[in-house]
Amino acid sequence: MLNTVGRLLGCLLATAGASAFSAQATADEVQRWGVNMPQGVTPVSREIYGLHMDIFWWCVAIGVVVFGVMFYTMIVHRKANGAKAANFHESTALEILWTLVPFAILIVMAIPATKTLLNIYDTKEADMDILITGYQWKWKYEYMGDDVSFFSNLSTSRDEIEGRAPKGPNYLLEVDEPLVIPVKKKVRFLITAADVIHAWWVPDLAVKKDAIPGFMNESWAYVEEPGVYRGQCAELCGKDHGFMPIVVEALPQADYDAWIANKKQEAEKLKALTEKTFEFDELYALGETRYATSCAACHGSAGEGGVGPAIKGSAIATGAMAGHLDIVVNGSSTNPMMAAFGAQLSEVDIAAVVTFQRNAYGNNMGDSVQPIDVLKFKQQAQ
Amino acid sequence: MAHGPAKGISRWLFTTNHKDIGTMYLWFSFAMFLLGGVFALVIRAELFEPGMQIVEPEFFNQMTTMHGLVMVFGAVMPAFVGLANWMVPMMIGAPDMALPRMNNWSFWILPFAFAMLASTLLMEGGAPNFGWTFYAPLSTTYAPPSVTFFIFAVHIMGASSIMGAINIVATILNMRAPGMTLMKMPLFVWTWLITAYLLIAVMPVLAGVVTMMLMDIHFGTSFFDAAGGGDPVLFQHVFWFFGHPEVYIMILPAFGVVSAIIPTFARKPLFGYASMVYATASIAFLSFIVWAHHMFTVGMPVAGELFFMYATMLIAVPTGVKVFNWVTTMFKGSMTFETPMLFSVAFVILFTIGGFSGLMLAIAPADFQYHDTYFVVAHFHYVLVPGAIFSITAGVYYWLPKWCGRMYNETMGKTHFWMAFLGLNLTFFPMHFVGLAGMPRRIPDYALQFADFNMIASIGAFLFGAAQIMFLFNVIATIRAGKPATDEVWEEPDGLEWTVPSPAPYHTFAVPPEVK
Repeated sequence: MLNTVGRLLGCLLATAGASAFSAQATADEVQRWGVNMPQGVTPVSREIYGLHMDIFWWCVAIGVVVFGVMFYTMIVHRKANGAKAANFHESTALEILWTLVPFAILIVMAIPATKTLLNIYDTKEADMDILITGYQWKWKYEYMGDDVSFFSNLSTSRDEIEGRAPKGPNYLLEVDEPLVIPVKKKVRFLITAADVIHAWWVPDLAVKKDAIPGFMNESWAYVEEPGVYRGQCAELCGKDHGFMPIVVEALPQADYDAWIANKKQEAEKLKALTEKTFEFDELYALGETRYATSCAACHGSAGEGGVGPAIKGSAIATGAMAGHLDIVVNGSSTNPMMAAFGAQLSEVDIAAVVTFQRNAYGNNMGDSVQPIDVLKFKQQAQ
Repeated sequence: MAHGPAKGISRWLFTTNHKDIGTMYLWFSFAMFLLGGVFALVIRAELFEPGMQIVEPEFFNQMTTMHGLVMVFGAVMPAFVGLANWMVPMMIGAPDMALPRMNNWSFWILPFAFAMLASTLLMEGGAPNFGWTFYAPLSTTYAPPSVTFFIFAVHIMGASSIMGAINIVATILNMRAPGMTLMKMPLFVWTWLITAYLLIAVMPVLAGVVTMMLMDIHFGTSFFDAAGGGDPVLFQHVFWFFGHPEVYIMILPAFGVVSAIIPTFARKPLFGYASMVYATASIAFLSFIVWAHHMFTVGMPVAGELFFMYATMLIAVPTGVKVFNWVTTMFKGSMTFETPMLFSVAFVILFTIGGFSGLMLAIAPADFQYHDTYFVVAHFHYVLVPGAIFSITAGVYYWLPKWCGRMYNETMGKTHFWMAFLGLNLTFFPMHFVGLAGMPRRIPDYALQFADFNMIASIGAFLFGAAQIMFLFNVIATIRAGKPATDEVWEEPDGLEWTVPSPAPYHTFAVPPEVK
């Protein structure tokens, strides 16, 4: 309670004395003072931009007329200027006129809007499908038919966010692994979520679709120019809603083919790794990086806890191995905030992160678990 | 029969007098306005520059949620009920509200509802953090424990609103003075009659949706959980079936207030009275068939998208009629610009700008880019702040001399106006820009390209906040020591409220006036 009150007071007082590293550090590299929607890089995004500008200019035109009359009358028809009030207060002709004229403008706008909408909804005949799943607070991309899938996490450091380091030009809009797609292909996105509702939005692609747990939404993009396009989650999804960006890298077909082949190889290697026996130090080091991307948001970057309980001295992390594996693999049965990471992390990652948690932050259990044991645990559970 | 107010605290606790209850509603709503404003300033302070400086993301989400809930249910709605309590009986020549004891109750449950809501800030797990729209499953499976208190508070607020609305309908339909036909009623009375029907229609829907949440959270149902056969999108349909009429509940009485003020200061009768009544009724009707335009991105079938797009665009027609009528009312008038008129003129201009962005948002394909960005935040603040808040402020300045028999300080009133006007535009206009440039709403930290406009918005917000302190000071100074006001207050204003002495006696129209 005191904490809350203190924060409230702090807010009122602290604005002036806010942090040391300001945006200006890297402002030269950033497109500042942007006032309009991007035209984007797909035919649909350009159509939408056209609609946006059309309706905007209609509004400007109506505004000029209405505010023009209004300011004219406010300047001329003042009592101070000796204006005498007229007494008219009705005109059916005027009322009909200003009902019909706006109606006509609306029809003029509705026709192209309908065309664009029907075009956007035509998700047929896609060249490839990507399944996008929103998680609290990251995105998972699965290349359907290619057996490639990975998570995409925010890669901006806590130091930048908390003002201990200067902010890079792509602050909060950068990820560890972007979604890669080929240019000049109709890429269909199948969008869903694992926990709460998210929304997958990339302005340059003009794609914004809600990711709804238990339901599948569709959208598509035909990107014309190679490049890196950045977006963010657009639906409030909890604590780190502001920290789950989207980065799409559009590559020429040949580069894309090389990339996907490489990803497939990596996936094969990862499978083989499940069989391998790791040294303690290897697991611990890998676990530390996995902890940062998958656990720290809730359990604190030093295991001190936050939204979730502390790892430091936790009964689970210092208890039986089976219980520890159970909560990581299957999630908590009482608290939905603790997701089932069995579906999100590989056996190697789970082995690493569990090993790390049991030995870091003063837990010092001295034991470790191998990927193959995690696999066995998963199979048993089934 | 006629007697004065009781002495001491019992006057306020047990009163059934519409003026006392109106006063309490207005003070309560002002207190909530300041509280909701403090929440807003926490948000703007955190967003002053990129990076996390002042609050945690978790607490930031509590602030956006509480700001929305307190402003909508605590500040705007009770303020309009307060104005209705004071003015509706005086405008239709009635001695009091039709159901005075219920009137007392509908006010007095409100402070308890908001005390409960505010207390969630001190609870384990914090206050509601899922936005004022509380989408499931973030507000059910993933909600903090305090959500149950939030649900109970919403139930109480709903009960209060429904009782208030029934009272207003009963008063208007049964207690008009002889000769006060429906089409002679001041527009404020008309807009409130229509608003009251909206409230009676949709507050039970709100109660329904929070009850479904309660069942999902505590009693094992799965209304909004796909794993149990439910649908999270169902929540949004039910919520917005309440939510869209709700936004008109917050704006229709505002139309009534400015329709009273503009003719007085243009010294010319309201243009197109009948069309104003019909336009209000049309807007109310349309408000029931546009709800899913808040949900263009949920993946509705294309036929649904088209229907809701067309229906939403139609709202521009009756809304346009209203704006054109106000402008024509001013045309060839003999205008002066006292504080109530300044706020009303600003209302017309800025509400129209909010209407323009609303029209843009109605275009479903373009909404895919606007949706859930700061462009939407700019839009609804342009219709709510200069819409609801400015009209309430205008109404307070306009009728305050009638309420307390004293004139407010015009210089301070005008200073208040210009500070609020400047602050409001500095705060909300840049939000259009950052929204279009790609800044999502409800984020505690943002990319560097949004930094400059956010800083301007934060400065504007603190200026707007300071203006409200000035308002409070002006009102208190008026009540304590303003110059005595005349019975008419303004130059030949129209309406029965100006035929009674200033301050209005504790009981007015014990003998009904004759309306010709």
